[in-house]
Amino acid sequence: MSNTDIIIHDEKDNVGVVVIEKITPNQDCNCWIMENDKSISIQSKDEIPLGHKIAMIDLNEGDTILKYGHDIGKVVKNIKKGEHVHVHNVKTKKW
Amino acid sequence: MEIPKSFLGYKRENGRAGTRNHVIILPVDDISNACAEAVANNIKGTIALPHSYGRLQFGADLELHFRTMIGTGKNPNVAAVIVIGIEPKWTKRIVDAIATTGKPVEGFSIEGVGDIDTIAKVSKKAQEFSMWASEKQREECPMSDLWISVKCGESDTTSGLASNPTVGNLMDKLEPLGVHLCFGETSELTGAETVCEKRGKTPEAQAKFKKTWNDYNDFILKEATDDLSESQPTAGNIAGGLTTIEEKAFGNFQKIGGCQFIDVLEPAEEPTKGAGLYFMDTSSAAAECVTLQAAGGFNIHLFPTGQGNIIGNPIEPVIKLTANPLTAKTMSEHIDVDVSKILSREMNLSQAGDELIKSTLRVANGRLTCAEALGHKEFVMTKLYRSA
Repeated sequence: MSNTDIIIHDEKDNVGVVVIEKITPNQDCNCWIMENDKSISIQSKDEIPLGHKIAMIDLNEGDTILKYGHDIGKVVKNIKKGEHVHVHNVKTKKW
Repeated sequence: MEIPKSFLGYKRENGRAGTRNHVIILPVDDISNACAEAVANNIKGTIALPHSYGRLQFGADLELHFRTMIGTGKNPNVAAVIVIGIEPKWTKRIVDAIATTGKPVEGFSIEGVGDIDTIAKVSKKAQEFSMWASEKQREECPMSDLWISVKCGESDTTSGLASNPTVGNLMDKLEPLGVHLCFGETSELTGAETVCEKRGKTPEAQAKFKKTWNDYNDFILKEATDDLSESQPTAGNIAGGLTTIEEKAFGNFQKIGGCQFIDVLEPAEEPTKGAGLYFMDTSSAAAECVTLQAAGGFNIHLFPTGQGNIIGNPIEPVIKLTANPLTAKTMSEHIDVDVSKILSREMNLSQAGDELIKSTLRVANGRLTCAEALGHKEFVMTKLYRSA
């Protein structure tokens, strides 16, 4: 088993979580999907620290972020596959 | 792993069992703190629980104050109680309710006497209680005597990935043994509220949860001046990669594993429907939540953290676990159980759950938690609104 760089909770999710100290731009990353034990790969565009999220697909303003297979917020600024997903481009739909 | 059938606890007069054997000096109100602390300084083996409230409260807020005071005194981790208030009436109400457990309890009031004579009088009684409690021995108790509360704090994405599911795994394994379990944090289920509601075992439990969450959310919407960023999620949550309250909520929700809750409790309310999982309506602030759960009668607490919350409680031991390898390294003196190997996939969830069960039992049997060794004893009352 190669090292896991990113863990994805659910197959439906469009973001994954970095589980190594950080990933660097243009790094080829191994991703593990917990729900079905599948492995996929992705190339990063940004430096992303431990615990932060990476976009698994291109996302447009207004799209819903899925994690745990559930809605966790809306995209407020277009995000390219491999980019860092956080408070600068995603907001809550509550409050 | 075969799960042990028993632990070594202190059997109490009312049939409950404690994991600790505290003699507490409980002030009814803010102005009795000085007296309570002086007594605890005088008499070894006692602990004062100072706090900020207890004057001019009314209605539901006052009832919660009494429930928290009384529940703290009744908790089986407490062997004996001294209650000190400025005036006799509210003091007696608390003493009488704690006395229903059969444990030694005595009340004192300061008005008309003054601090110095009160301290002298209370110290004599506290010495008697402390020496009496010191002879109590741990005995074998069934696992069902464990009442386990859970709450996470300074969470990050590693909490939802690994440390919270580890607690969920423990719940799945211990629930069949007749353990009482409790989760709370009403505001931090926002986004996951409909998924959580469906975990109610009965339509009544589901409806009660829905009303509780709606009431809390209405209050937040009424008082909020922004999107609560840096309050929910906190700045620490955001630094750890959590972006929205919804993401935090789904992570939080992993703590109950596959269990269903049988009832919804008011803050600090004692469960009465037998063994199983309960939801308690609490704040999501760590010390407030654990104080309420301890007052509900829970005798051991599991606290997953991501970025490194350091909370403890004076009467309920708080066991910390983390899956964040940086936190496990940089804040090791606060971490009782390190499950960061889940992230590197060197450990699976079931193995992590087993490790947590073993650590929980060691603490139940008397091993100090990191928070106890470091002297953390945050006793924080929840206040519902302004006093009269």
